[in-house]
Amino acid sequence: MSNALQNDTLESDRELASTPLVQLSMQQAINRALGEILEADDRALIFGEDVGLLGGVFRVTDGLQQRFGANRVFDTPLAESGILGTAIGLAMAGFHPIPEIQFDGFAYPAVNQIITQLARMNYRSRGTLPMPVTLRVPSFGGIRAPEHHGESLESLFAHVPGLKVVSPSNPQQAYHLLKHAASMPDPVIFMEPKARYWNKADVNLTDNRTGGAVDSASVEGSVIARPGKHATLIAWGAMVSRCLQVAELAAEDGIELEVLDLRWLKPIDEAGLAASVSRTRRAIVVHEGPHTAGLGAEVAALVSQSCFDSLRAPVERVTGFDVPYPSGDLEDEYIPNIDRILFGVQRVLEYRRG
Amino acid sequence: MAPRALAATLDTLPPPVLPLVEADAAGPAQLRDLYRMLSNVRQLDAAAVAWQRQGLIPGYAPMLGQEAAQVGAGAAVDTTRDFVFPTYREMGVAYTVGVNMVDYMSTHKAIWHGGLYDAVATHFAPFQAVVGGSVLHAVGWAHGQTLNAASAAETALGVGLAFLGDGASSQGDVHEAMNFAAILRAPVVFFVQNNGWAISVPTEQQVAGGSVAARAAGYGIPAVRVDGNDVLAVLSATQRAVAHARAGLGPVVVEAMTYRRGPHSTSDDPGRYRTLDDEKIDGGEDPLSRFRSMLLAGNVADAASFAEVDAQAQQQADEIRDGVVALSSRPGSEMFDFVFQESTPTLGAQARQWREESEHV
Repeated sequence: MSNALQNDTLESDRELASTPLVQLSMQQAINRALGEILEADDRALIFGEDVGLLGGVFRVTDGLQQRFGANRVFDTPLAESGILGTAIGLAMAGFHPIPEIQFDGFAYPAVNQIITQLARMNYRSRGTLPMPVTLRVPSFGGIRAPEHHGESLESLFAHVPGLKVVSPSNPQQAYHLLKHAASMPDPVIFMEPKARYWNKADVNLTDNRTGGAVDSASVEGSVIARPGKHATLIAWGAMVSRCLQVAELAAEDGIELEVLDLRWLKPIDEAGLAASVSRTRRAIVVHEGPHTAGLGAEVAALVSQSCFDSLRAPVERVTGFDVPYPSGDLEDEYIPNIDRILFGVQRVLEYRRG
Repeated sequence: MAPRALAATLDTLPPPVLPLVEADAAGPAQLRDLYRMLSNVRQLDAAAVAWQRQGLIPGYAPMLGQEAAQVGAGAAVDTTRDFVFPTYREMGVAYTVGVNMVDYMSTHKAIWHGGLYDAVATHFAPFQAVVGGSVLHAVGWAHGQTLNAASAAETALGVGLAFLGDGASSQGDVHEAMNFAAILRAPVVFFVQNNGWAISVPTEQQVAGGSVAARAAGYGIPAVRVDGNDVLAVLSATQRAVAHARAGLGPVVVEAMTYRRGPHSTSDDPGRYRTLDDEKIDGGEDPLSRFRSMLLAGNVADAASFAEVDAQAQQQADEIRDGVVALSSRPGSEMFDFVFQESTPTLGAQARQWREESEHV
């Protein structure tokens, strides 16, 4: 695991002149990845609520049932525990399920199956019943949706032994991380930042394979979304683009912020975190989920452990509050906004020992 | 009150498409084999309770009284293509389908949660402690058989057998499983052992309407409610159900009315919620003595042959005990080894730290 400069910016992509670049929204990039997964792996199955003819409420599975048939892409009854339990049984039968939970908050009825079964079947069976299940969960807030249509479940899932958790920040990441997750023999919770579904960006469709081996730097660990030297903003999902905005603003004042896109929330790229923060010597972790026992606490602990001697200030956390995700009208007060992140940066930069 | 097993029958399973080998027509050899399995299961169950009292194993969930239900159901399983999804009280099914019983008992010795037996090779899913937790897995697995058949043009489907009890029938997952199975037309048999008790709560306070099988109608699923203490009745009902599912006609609910004659577990005290008189009346005649009477009446076996089989069963239980005694702890490194197929750097670091700090002592 190591961080690498991500190649989602136009500048870095243009260096790879021969590679196919297409402009896609994240929703389109995931759709494209799913199609390629179904094409390449005849044991892969997509199912969930409204994922068939409708193409999902976010249209992420649009056209896949028409293309691959109703055996490969099918609607289930409206019951999330049933979706997960069925996925586990299909995995036991040798399939590679890619179920969709329609909205993050609807994962709660499935949490029993996720924690007591999906995450443990490989362990319980001593490795004889692997669970190559990629669970897609449209995640986080920012779209003014009803209650439970915007939740941040990463610390819940990251706490469960046996699960891996990843969240892409842009179409390029989404396309490659999903293909990678679906190739993994372990359960992966794939948290799609729904607020970023419709933002378009260039996607480099080359599969990052050299000599048949996956270029691990492209799909594993964290990436530096923007290099800087005064402090590291650590974020994932939709907060990465917000941190990039913050870095842009800070640059006007001569403050060079590094933005680290953590991507994998379990396992966390400890070496990547350490490499960045030991250079910048200051860290601010930003997430939408509630503060207490949020994943920022884990990140802060890891950074403190690995960078204690070089840190110039305590690791700052800019997060949601310990309140339920509020109604859309108050969402901007809850989700870390540019001002709150800048205040966090300021606290870190102004910190003086003693 | 009448014994529970004699509760009204229900049978909405249509006649088989292909004629079955009827259990009623089972030959003397098969009947004697069924008795052999019943006797072995009875002896092993009693032995496991004794092992707990002796301190050999920390706990066990006895199945006394449910031998006919479990042997009858297990004998209908084709382990070359079907798959059993058990709960934590299916020792008799495990024995009947040929699971290595030392490896099975390892879970009760607290060696490994899921047991040490090979679930894939034996077509018997890992020991399941979550009530109703594996019922949906049977549906998913069974749907997988349908999908396999769609691509391979097979006609005889593997059948998933989901085992659950009257207590589990209260779980939402069981509703979801039956609904999914019916919608997907999955080859599943939901085998319900209605044993009258979910720890201390009787079926009357557990199952609204009084019957899990009766609920099947709401899903458009055929159901059979059978005397679960009659091994031939259970075998016949399960064979019919499996044949129905195998033919691609969808799921079936079998509700075997039986009685948990012992405690919920070796930690339980039934004296706090039922009397010995209750147990005598509600339990009815012991399923083994019933089958013995039938075999005697049919001149299939005699007292001497029963004594011989029972002695062999005792010997086998003793051999299994030796195996359980010999089971050693798994290495602590296995805590880390089986979390993932592909471990993580974080977990690897924890494993290294565990090793260094445990070897230091």
